[in-house]
Amino acid sequence: MPSPAYHAPDTVKEATDLLAANKGAKPLAGGTDLIVQMQSGRMAPAAIVDLKRIAGLKEIREEADHFAIGAAVPCTSLKNNAALVAEWPGVVEAANLIGSVQVRNRATMAGNLCNASPAADSVPALVAAGASVVVAGPSGEREVPVEQIPTGPGKTSLGDGEFVSEIRIPRKAKGGSDAYLRSIPRTEMDIAVVGAGAQVVVDDSGTCTAARIAIGAAAPTVLLVEDAGKALVGSKLDDAAFAKMMEAVSAACNPIDDKRGTVAYRKATAGVLAKRVVEIARQRAGGN
Amino acid sequence: MSRIHVTTTVNGDEREYLCSPGQTLLDALRDELGMTGSKEGCGSGDCGACTVVLDGEMVCSCLVLAAEAEGRRVDTIEGVSEGSELHPIQQKFLENAALQCGFCTPGFIVASKALLEKNPNPTETEVRYWLAGNLCRCTGYDKIVRAVMDAAAELRQERTAA
Repeated sequence: MPSPAYHAPDTVKEATDLLAANKGAKPLAGGTDLIVQMQSGRMAPAAIVDLKRIAGLKEIREEADHFAIGAAVPCTSLKNNAALVAEWPGVVEAANLIGSVQVRNRATMAGNLCNASPAADSVPALVAAGASVVVAGPSGEREVPVEQIPTGPGKTSLGDGEFVSEIRIPRKAKGGSDAYLRSIPRTEMDIAVVGAGAQVVVDDSGTCTAARIAIGAAAPTVLLVEDAGKALVGSKLDDAAFAKMMEAVSAACNPIDDKRGTVAYRKATAGVLAKRVVEIARQRAGGN
Repeated sequence: MSRIHVTTTVNGDEREYLCSPGQTLLDALRDELGMTGSKEGCGSGDCGACTVVLDGEMVCSCLVLAAEAEGRRVDTIEGVSEGSELHPIQQKFLENAALQCGFCTPGFIVASKALLEKNPNPTETEVRYWLAGNLCRCTGYDKIVRAVMDAAAELRQERTAA
């Protein structure tokens, strides 16, 4: 394997300059996808820009209206932030389903997102939570909803010199919570056959006032199924609303047949998982 | 091609090596420092045979670039025993016959030590989940889990006695 140049900049500006100067350069966060792809020859970056020495990128900040999670924060660290765990248990759980402890001590949600696998576990949870990312680039920063980053398997909307520097998750709404589940034939160390994330908000009467449903591994990118959320809003999360929601989920799925699952299995399972995550999120939100 | 000079602390000692930019920490440990205790099973983070502790957290050294270790602290299987005196986890692996070919053993021992330092009294389920990233194709895992549970009990006793 031809060896790339290695850079470990101290600032976001230096990182974007390095990335912009060399189209073959790749940002390195946890490396649990990038290094595997380099070793297998699937990817041969001309340069590696390690983000882990940039001040602030390994931190989680609690702001008034959002949590800011640096691009280099490993999944394991999310569990150590009590406020984040309390407000977004589904996001923290999703990120901590990835790989093994060894992998989660390195892997980051920003990397999980930018690797752009349709089966990335943390992505449906982030989409359901209404998270956005800060994209740093040569012309400054822009904020983009998470679901607009992946454009297809292995492909992102990031331009030359750009990288995701931070993930922003809004503070939880009153009466709201989230959940993520995936279907795998084992208990650990596997890739989602289908994944589902949900955020629901319920008022004191138990009526759903807002809902976001996101599905993984059932299309070329993680899907935000807006019709599924709409099917729940205004309902008491009863069977009729669930049936409409599951139908919307299955209709939105556009999966492939592969060794992990068939099209029919994925479509059916996506609906079932969506129902389960909504039920968990409702329970967490304090409803019945 | 220019090589990168890295200074890092390995098992408490300051060490230096030259590495190429794409070289992994596992390869640097084995090929540049001659520390061949950490093994390469898969090279893709699935098997855990290369497990080391980097700044206090266990990682697959095959998924870390050697250049990233600059100024960091790396703890490997070579630092687990005190000279010829085995660590209780190593002793319990022997007593429980928790190894056959032994290729996965360094990774299991480093990972088990990391677990017991964080959680001195794990349940069997916690041990199994913690070690999910370490693959053994010989033992069927039961003896490994028993060895870790035994070692945990012994370490707790030692702590009480001390």
